[in-house]
Amino acid sequence: MASEKSCCPADEAPETEDNTLCCAPTPESPADQSNSCCQPEADTPSGCCSSPESNDIAGYRLEPFVTDWQDSAVGKIPRVTPSLSFADHRGRWAMRWGFGRDHYRVAPGLYAVGSPDESSEVLVSANYKLSFDSLRRVLKGIDAWILVIDTKGVNVWCAAGKGTFGTEEIIRRVKDVRLEQLVSHRRLIVPQLGAPGVAAHQVKKGCGFTVIYGPVRARDLPAFFAAGRQATAAMRRVSFTLIERAILTPVEITILRRQILLLSLALLVLGGIGQDFFSFSAAATRGGGAIIAGLAGLLGGSVITPILLPWLPGRAFALKGVLPGLVLAVILGASLFTQSSYLNQSALLLFVTSISSYTAMNFTGSSTFTSPSGVEKEMRLAIPAQLAAVVLALALWLWTAF
Amino acid sequence: MNKFIYLPDVSTLKLDDDTCIGCGLCATVCPHAVFVVEEKLARIVDLDRCMECGACVLNCPVSALEVKAGVGCASAIIYGWITGKEPSCDCSGDSSCC
Repeated sequence: MASEKSCCPADEAPETEDNTLCCAPTPESPADQSNSCCQPEADTPSGCCSSPESNDIAGYRLEPFVTDWQDSAVGKIPRVTPSLSFADHRGRWAMRWGFGRDHYRVAPGLYAVGSPDESSEVLVSANYKLSFDSLRRVLKGIDAWILVIDTKGVNVWCAAGKGTFGTEEIIRRVKDVRLEQLVSHRRLIVPQLGAPGVAAHQVKKGCGFTVIYGPVRARDLPAFFAAGRQATAAMRRVSFTLIERAILTPVEITILRRQILLLSLALLVLGGIGQDFFSFSAAATRGGGAIIAGLAGLLGGSVITPILLPWLPGRAFALKGVLPGLVLAVILGASLFTQSSYLNQSALLLFVTSISSYTAMNFTGSSTFTSPSGVEKEMRLAIPAQLAAVVLALALWLWTAF
Repeated sequence: MNKFIYLPDVSTLKLDDDTCIGCGLCATVCPHAVFVVEEKLARIVDLDRCMECGACVLNCPVSALEVKAGVGCASAIIYGWITGKEPSCDCSGDSSCC
């Protein structure tokens, strides 16, 4: 991506003094905020789009986190604020609930924080805006360059696992932005969690820059720099604290919304089946009851298990999900379903527990310490058991309708 | 993190002592402190903490390490079983599911 593809040549980029738009009539939709004034295809260091007359290009707008422009050997670079705005926090909240996760991106390319010069560090980041925000918010008082690479809007660790946060992309971006002209040193600070996709020695071979792995968490960067680019052992360890686990739980549910809807419809239909062939009132009471049981299982596996993870018995997540499921089933049996028969109570216990076990098992994908070999091993044992329990539960439940 | 140990004896990580030059990059990139480097040689000190992310293998300049790296989410593995392909996290286009 050569500079001539930029929407505005470097020498024509405007000097904006504040947050005012340098670009044209703004689309109001929040989705458009993730579009930089320059599209990813035109992600040159030359900054915002402008025509000399108006500073505007129709359909483009300046990212709200860009304050002004930094002169450099490779043109004007957008300077970003290290403070998060209300919109940034709102966006973060929306991501945590799974809204618009596929489109929360920043344009790849170079950004400046503070007043960096040719000796300032270059920090590599992903183009998922949450990753970019976590980085810039810890850089108050630090002068640095941020090189955002195209990870298709995915965070550093997940993208590294897939290889999109990877060696090739880093080399390509370094060349694209003419980094060797921007800085006099030859260092790239790459987040440690980018390492599953980045071969440091290959990056060196490909573009001449030495990869230095920074800490796991962006918030340790100031201490990392203060120690002369050295991370402590603690900074190199991934954590999985109560808060980190709790933050993940809303998305655990929202990504299952289609399955929840389909299963609920199926339970309503099955609930209506009985001696009268099909009864709408039975669909509502029996089907509705089954949906409540299913939601209890979801609560057990996708919320309670993640939160209580270190204290639940068992190492396999499918096993950890059993206890919350059992407890919730007993609570339901002793409250909402006291009138139910012995058979129905058994079905309830089996159903809630297996849903809880299954959704707990799904949380392996969000955890920071499970290995694919381990997940596969537990699934080979757990899925047949969960399936058998659900089938038995449904059979018992349907039996009681006749 | 020490309270989080997943299933024992499952990691496919292997280190070839004869090839290792003790550069220590594996210990740097490992998010679970699986390695220590002593006397110019890396050693696996806790295999059960390994999550098979593959960072050490990719960054080993002399290819002394190997692991069957991959994504560890259940839905991706089910996808792999059904389609016969490598488990992939791409359950919704190019977006993230993990």
